[in-house]
Amino acid sequence: MPTATPALTVDKMHKSFGQLEVLRGVSLTANDGDVISILGSSGSGKSTFLRCINLLETPDEGVVTVAGETIKMRRRGDGRAEPADRRQVDRIRSELGMVFQSFNLWSHLTVLENLIEAPVHVQKRPRAECIEEARALLAKVGMSERENYYPAHLSGGQQQRAAIARALAMRPKVMLFDEPTSALDPELVGEVLRVMRALAEEGRTMLVVTHEMSFARDVSTRVMFLHQGLVEAEGPPRELFSASTSDRFRQFISKERG
Amino acid sequence: MGDLAIFGFGQGGWGLALLEGAAVTLLVSACGLLIGAAIGGLIAWARLSGRLLAGGLGQAYAALFRGLPELLIVYFVYFGTSTLLTETAHALGHEGFVGVPSFAAGALAVGVISGAYQAEVFRAAYLAISRGELEAAVSVGMNRALLFRRIIMAQVLRFALPGLGNLWQVALKDSSLISVTGLTELMRISQVGAGSTHRPFAFYLGGAALYLVMTIATTRFFDVAEARATRGMRRAMG
Amino acid sequence: MDFDFITKTFVRLLAALPLTLSVWFLSVVLGGFIAAGVTWMRVSGVKPFELFARAYVMVFRGTPLLIQLFVVYYGLASLPAVRASPIWPFLRDAFTCAVLSLALCTAGYQAEIFRGALLAVPHGQVEAARACGMSRLLMFRRMIFPIALRHALPAYSTEMISMVKSTALVSLITLWDVMSIALKIRNDTLVTYLPLILAGAIYFVVNYIIGAGFLALERRLSPHLRPRPS
Repeated sequence: MPTATPALTVDKMHKSFGQLEVLRGVSLTANDGDVISILGSSGSGKSTFLRCINLLETPDEGVVTVAGETIKMRRRGDGRAEPADRRQVDRIRSELGMVFQSFNLWSHLTVLENLIEAPVHVQKRPRAECIEEARALLAKVGMSERENYYPAHLSGGQQQRAAIARALAMRPKVMLFDEPTSALDPELVGEVLRVMRALAEEGRTMLVVTHEMSFARDVSTRVMFLHQGLVEAEGPPRELFSASTSDRFRQFISKERG
Repeated sequence: MGDLAIFGFGQGGWGLALLEGAAVTLLVSACGLLIGAAIGGLIAWARLSGRLLAGGLGQAYAALFRGLPELLIVYFVYFGTSTLLTETAHALGHEGFVGVPSFAAGALAVGVISGAYQAEVFRAAYLAISRGELEAAVSVGMNRALLFRRIIMAQVLRFALPGLGNLWQVALKDSSLISVTGLTELMRISQVGAGSTHRPFAFYLGGAALYLVMTIATTRFFDVAEARATRGMRRAMG
Repeated sequence: MDFDFITKTFVRLLAALPLTLSVWFLSVVLGGFIAAGVTWMRVSGVKPFELFARAYVMVFRGTPLLIQLFVVYYGLASLPAVRASPIWPFLRDAFTCAVLSLALCTAGYQAEIFRGALLAVPHGQVEAARACGMSRLLMFRRMIFPIALRHALPAYSTEMISMVKSTALVSLITLWDVMSIALKIRNDTLVTYLPLILAGAIYFVVNYIIGAGFLALERRLSPHLRPRPS
């Protein structure tokens, strides 16, 4: 059986901030439908890894390929790496949906306007079609009655659900979640995790940087544990959580206990 | 005379005159700022007192003087105080016109304008004081006078410094308008020099440079004062 | 109360209002363009541009407008190089000098307002726009500009009013604006207070209208800052 093109591959990614090397050669392959939880203590480089994938940070080394298309990089005069083609970066970003820890909904737009902003102006799809799809997505995340609300009038959980719908509105090939529940009050975490679980069950390809052990254990198809910029442990959650060979990982989960 | 020699201190040089003008500028601006502090403090107190009439009058004063051109206010104060003084002199039997010294009129004009803005600075500074700190002071037995002096005044000054620094710069610039009354501050000296030597470009540019030096020097002073006054205090914006 | 005199004076003052307002409007618009350029230099990341922008703001906010006005009107006119240049016909005209000088001055203040407004745009929202694949131009147009505009409005309103007050200075360079007409009437009739009071009233009303206009604009553009709909 021929292997399908992976949705996303990252090959040996390196990233330093000044003297501090945060990523020291991290690789990952995500096939369609994979839900990969990325775990690690703070400073392990997990958020940086995610942000390098859609080039919010520029990796020093490493190759990122999205649905078979490799992001072209080049070296500047001072040796630093940078993307070779801005347009390609913009296009690939529009195929990746990112959900942020601090939601980052656009404060001057209503929920509905937030959802259609990028589809209309970046992907140049017809407005009516975008509105229809946005409404369907809002229904999916349970935010239909608030489509005309402004972000300032919503709770954290509501904002994050709207932000997830906004990412979905781009029809992304892969979804990137950067600690989506870390900024939420405990009572609101559940509603967001429920939405993420539903997406996983739909077969979406998701990369989730998280501290929620329950999600990592019960919903992901694979777990990746980063320690000091390297992949310390990787595999299906069942394997890792019960019988990991890595001491550090066992220490980590015993501390987190979620 | 050569271009730069004009500004020299020797015979025919205007350097000394310009510096004297700058000194007058600093003095009249400082007096204006102090008058403004008195007026501003009064208005802030009126608005914070909760009394409707006083507060309303205070707000009306501020609104009025913020909506009128500064030049107009300078003329008004200058002509107005002169007329007032003349009328008073006439009532006392003195004949003829009595002019108010332009320094006094100028400082008053600057003060009247500055007061309208200082009121808001003081009011905001007072409102920024943490209620908890006032409660703590009361609970250790401070009476009202002590509370005002040791806690309120001290903290109001700290919070007001940035705004006051800004208003000081405004006062410096507004003082140039007093030149229309004939006061020999920097602007007027530049004008006289320009007319006398037929070198307006050099003199006005030179005058501007002196104003700039004064602005920069006094900004440094306020920055240092602010750093000292707020050491150890937490601030939302660093 | 000599109503006839009051009315006559008022009408004469009003007749000068168009001049005041046109100086105001032209200098504010020209100043806006200059300020946009200065702000662009300030955030460009190119060191020499940034330094120039900072120096520009420092000079025009650190010196009195009156002296700036005199440098342009009296100072430039005295330079032989200027008199020989093709722009001399423009620079001899008091109106042009007034607009130019006021524009340069307000540009310094407007540039600071723009800078503050840009800084106030939440970084996270800009990141979200980047993550969606927005190009820099699109991001500025749809995201940064609208948010910055709303932050700038209050300070901008104050600056607009300040500029109206600044136009009174053109009375000192031979332009017949409201201020100079008021002084002329005082000189001619020896009535001190009335012309000044009436002129003051006119300025006050103009400023009030401008302030109210900006307030209304702020309200319209900021439904997201109002309380939640019930």
